[in-house]
Amino acid sequence: MSAQPEATAASSKAAHPTPDTQAPLGTATNSSGNKVTVATIWLDGCSGCHMSFLDMDERLVELAQKIDIVYSPLVDCKTLPEQVDVGIIEGSISNEEDLHKAKLFRERCKLLVSLGDCAVNGNVPAMRNAFKLDNVYERAYLENVNIHPQIPTQGVPALLQTVLPVHAVVDVDVFIPGCPPQADTIHYVLSELLEGRVPEPLRMTRFGA
Amino acid sequence: MPIIATQPSVRVVTLRIDGQDLSAREDETIIEVCRENKIPIPSLCWMEGLSVVGACRLCMVEVAGQNRLLAACATRVAEGMEITTNSEKLQRYRRTLVELLFAERNHVCSVCVSNGHCELQWLANSCGVDHVRMPYRNHGYAVDSTHEMFRVDHNRCVLCTRCVRVCDEIEGAHTWDVMGRGSDCQVITDLAKPWGDSDTCTSCGKCVQVCPTGALVKQGTSVGEMVKDQHFLPILARRRSAR
Repeated sequence: MSAQPEATAASSKAAHPTPDTQAPLGTATNSSGNKVTVATIWLDGCSGCHMSFLDMDERLVELAQKIDIVYSPLVDCKTLPEQVDVGIIEGSISNEEDLHKAKLFRERCKLLVSLGDCAVNGNVPAMRNAFKLDNVYERAYLENVNIHPQIPTQGVPALLQTVLPVHAVVDVDVFIPGCPPQADTIHYVLSELLEGRVPEPLRMTRFGA
Repeated sequence: MPIIATQPSVRVVTLRIDGQDLSAREDETIIEVCRENKIPIPSLCWMEGLSVVGACRLCMVEVAGQNRLLAACATRVAEGMEITTNSEKLQRYRRTLVELLFAERNHVCSVCVSNGHCELQWLANSCGVDHVRMPYRNHGYAVDSTHEMFRVDHNRCVLCTRCVRVCDEIEGAHTWDVMGRGSDCQVITDLAKPWGDSDTCTSCGKCVQVCPTGALVKQGTSVGEMVKDQHFLPILARRRSAR
């Protein structure tokens, strides 16, 4: 249990200040004696990373013995618990809701994983950054629309001026590039974390993989 | 037909690279000796068969007795040289250099025609770049598709100037050159005319083949389809120097 996943924070900007950073994750049970809890979230991405997660196929059964998915587009529970062991973020930070949710994940998750190129480097959502936000709105909601062209302001979060990778707004512990990262890659990273080792995702994946 | 180049009388020097005792011809550069002996040094602007510009700085090494880092491509070997190619400091610098290249222009691999066949992508992996720590510049550059066979996407350009050198030194056309300074710097065809209007371009495609990224590509390629073939270069370069 000497190798703690927190050691990966060295590759991030700084160790995050969560008080529980010293708690080892390297067992199939956490401090409360239950399975390791995992939360996943889909921000500005295509959900391909979550599809890739499901692509682990029968390995999901084996994984389900060790982890408990407590919050995710893949499960019914829609409230993020106060404390989660591993948070996995797919997608970039493109609007105010993404920003809020990324911060909430950092607050409540001991270890934060950026899954996929959108989370890691902005990827396709960030390609609008070369344009002014007003022009993006006009292009999407006025120029290319035939019926009721209007820029939505009610009930939808406002877009940020620039799309950002997750680590630009909160500290991230593990980066898994790939578009999407293969199921094997996700399985490798989760297995390493469960074994208490520091994963090296670049052995399995790369930008655009 | 084998090419018999005249062998000038060059001396042989002995040196030590990463603790390994080696001998080399005195007219060789550090990177050439490393490549011959399978000692990996990352590089981007250097290419066997082209002149040396020492622009990318990725091949920097530590030489004992020197208080600065030296570009392995632009430094000749010398008797008794002691070289370190992979210290922690060098790894840190190289990673930073690659990250800065990614931050400077648009290098979204997932939608690039060169995805999976890109030297910048390989460099990111070999230098441990799993994310970019600097803010992205998010500046849009032009794409010129006026040439009937090829396309230049300046968003993907890393300004290695391989295209400029191969066009001038191997093809002899000198269609490509460099214009502007700092972040405005870009490669141009003729006097910044659209590539399709170039009077000098022979459409040989050598620039496309030597380009390390998806900046110079064939028209009609989709994501990941642009595979480059650079085998011609050392052969043509040897023939040229033997002429």
